[in-house]
Amino acid sequence: MESGLLFNLVTVAYFAAMLLFFIYLATRNNTVSLLATLTAVSGFLLQTAALGLRWYESYQLLGSDGRAPLTNLYESVVFFSWSIVLIYLLVDLKYKQRTIGAFIMPFALFSQAGAQMWLNAGIDPLVPALQSNWLTYHVITCFLGYAAFALACGVSIMYLIKIGKEEKYQGDGPMGGLLGFLPPTRVLDDINYRAIMIGFPLLTLGIITGAAWANYAWGTYWSWDPKETWSLIVWFLYAAFLHARFTRGWVGRRAAWLSVIGFAATIFCYLGVNLVLSGLHSYGS
Amino acid sequence: MTEKKNSLSDRVWDFFCSLKLTITIMLLLAVTSIIGTVIQQNAPAADYIKEYGQANYKLFVKLQFVDMYHSWWFIGLLGLFSINLICCSIKNFPRAWKFVKSPMLVASPGILKNSANRAEYTTKEDKQQLAGRLTDLLKKEFGKTTVTEVDGKLYLFAQKGIYSRFGAYMTHLSILIIMAGAIIGNLWGYKAYVNIVEGTSIKQVLSSSGQTPINLGFTVRCDNFSVIYYPNSRRPKDYYSDLVVLENGREMVHKRIEVNDPLTYKGITFYQASYGSAGNAIFKIKVTENATGKTMNFNARRGEHVKLPNGYSFSINGFTENDRQFGPAMQLHVNSPDGKHGRPFIVWQKYPQFDVKRAGTFSFALINYEEPQFTGLQVAKDPGVNIVWFGSFLMVFGSLTAFFFSHKRIWACLETAGGKTKLQVVANAHRNQPGFALAFDEFKQKLDAVVENKSPAKKG
Repeated sequence: MESGLLFNLVTVAYFAAMLLFFIYLATRNNTVSLLATLTAVSGFLLQTAALGLRWYESYQLLGSDGRAPLTNLYESVVFFSWSIVLIYLLVDLKYKQRTIGAFIMPFALFSQAGAQMWLNAGIDPLVPALQSNWLTYHVITCFLGYAAFALACGVSIMYLIKIGKEEKYQGDGPMGGLLGFLPPTRVLDDINYRAIMIGFPLLTLGIITGAAWANYAWGTYWSWDPKETWSLIVWFLYAAFLHARFTRGWVGRRAAWLSVIGFAATIFCYLGVNLVLSGLHSYGS
Repeated sequence: MTEKKNSLSDRVWDFFCSLKLTITIMLLLAVTSIIGTVIQQNAPAADYIKEYGQANYKLFVKLQFVDMYHSWWFIGLLGLFSINLICCSIKNFPRAWKFVKSPMLVASPGILKNSANRAEYTTKEDKQQLAGRLTDLLKKEFGKTTVTEVDGKLYLFAQKGIYSRFGAYMTHLSILIIMAGAIIGNLWGYKAYVNIVEGTSIKQVLSSSGQTPINLGFTVRCDNFSVIYYPNSRRPKDYYSDLVVLENGREMVHKRIEVNDPLTYKGITFYQASYGSAGNAIFKIKVTENATGKTMNFNARRGEHVKLPNGYSFSINGFTENDRQFGPAMQLHVNSPDGKHGRPFIVWQKYPQFDVKRAGTFSFALINYEEPQFTGLQVAKDPGVNIVWFGSFLMVFGSLTAFFFSHKRIWACLETAGGKTKLQVVANAHRNQPGFALAFDEFKQKLDAVVENKSPAKKG
């Protein structure tokens, strides 16, 4: 398949972008950061094209049974990678904090490369239960939400690396060194909060579209299946984060840790449930 | 005595209103929910004993881990969650409403002095003139601006996003609405299933929980069931049933249902869930009386004795869809008039002339056979489901309002002191202060320009 070739190029581009962001951290050269961002953007465009091509190929392969590339584990992991880069580029547009790239591109690269290496890229026909428009809405909302949580996690890691040193730092003027080069902790904390604010309604929508679909297919919108339950666990964690944060100014370390834990739960909800527990979301495998 | 009682009820009230309780319950709900994803729910007792041992099983039953999402403690947590939600809302709503009813048009000295976001200027310009330009800026950035004069001082006030103070209440209300919908569905609805053999009809379904029959109040007939497979594969692409709803013998609704496309009639919904063989195929058989050449057609089931002329009868003993690559074949025997069992023989559908050669009293041909299938339907009645959808919509709408907008207020105070005009500007947002602090920093540059009567572009 041609799209497989394109996806391999995407992996290369994201790897290069990640390396360039690391070099940027080391050299603090603005040209490097621009190059890194441009590489990430071209990787993103390639990935978009590859997803489109895979969509087209599904029609070539299955005739009228073709479908958007959002239906199995391979496709969802690739789409996750695409969503992460999309959210990152949007944040870059708004905040222009290029160092974040070094902490978020690894997530995107890991999903894209992991999908290429370990997952079955075949385009198989869908079982009847998956033939629904709800599938598309459900997957898109969930993964954009997950991507926002990934970004929040990356930024929280930066925050946690920086805050300890910053609290001990006693000189006047900005902190030197690599840590001084990272965005101010105030900005990191703000991005963490905003990313979760974007991710939370998306997750809510993802859960609701999943429930609506289940109701349409089986007549139950909620059956406490492990995937549903874990999505609710993630929802409660981020709801706790938001409440702790809104009303009491629970900024800082604890917020950052909750964000990291929330993302770990998200990943378990996404992959762990399929690998470890049993239930409805076996991705037709 | 009364005072003590008061303070106790105050303390109880404060406990139920506290945000600490909210966060604790949310984290508790998150952590305890894991149990039911690790321990299988509602499995037969033998499964638990096999996996965890007798002693652990007893413990699980005691702690209601085998059906934890319906356990008293989990429902209790959800109940506490709702009480907390209601109390928080009751406590805080009047405060939010006050911002609408009586906005603080004049900044208090405390606000002017202690706000985190503040700017202060001193210029020689007349305060009225400056106030005019400032009003224009506030109008542009915040909306409607109110000017109040108190004791020779000019106070400006502007705000935006006040409705966002109600996003949280909408979200909280939505959770209660969803819970109410779920409870209504549980109390007045049911989940059931039914298998309908093609061509037959049913009036009752079996409840999933107790397997007790439930009367539908109407009749459902399945005229036809079909499975379509993907080419060269046994993977079903689609399966569907043609259902007819009948009331008092009249056909009310016809619908072809398939997975992801159910039929709803009078609040009861039928979902295509499964299918299977209903056994007992019907064989269409042509019998020729060899002596006379007379032919007869019969519909026969396996094991059933079918009468033939002159006291003979036959019966089908067996059937296979593929006999040694010769295709469908049945085994049958003929009973003679004295009741004697004849020797069994085989008739292949594709080779009817073989049985003619057998030269019995009768020769048999298998015209076709129909193996009826049943369609498996999930049946659900859920009068609460639309309430749940309404709650879900409100939740998304409310949380978007709450997250992406905040109530931002800005005050300015202009006073003349010693021939100069002193201007103080303070602002706050009711949430996301760090984000607003960044925005205020940007706003300050515009403010600088207005005070200096320059546009920032000219300055650069």
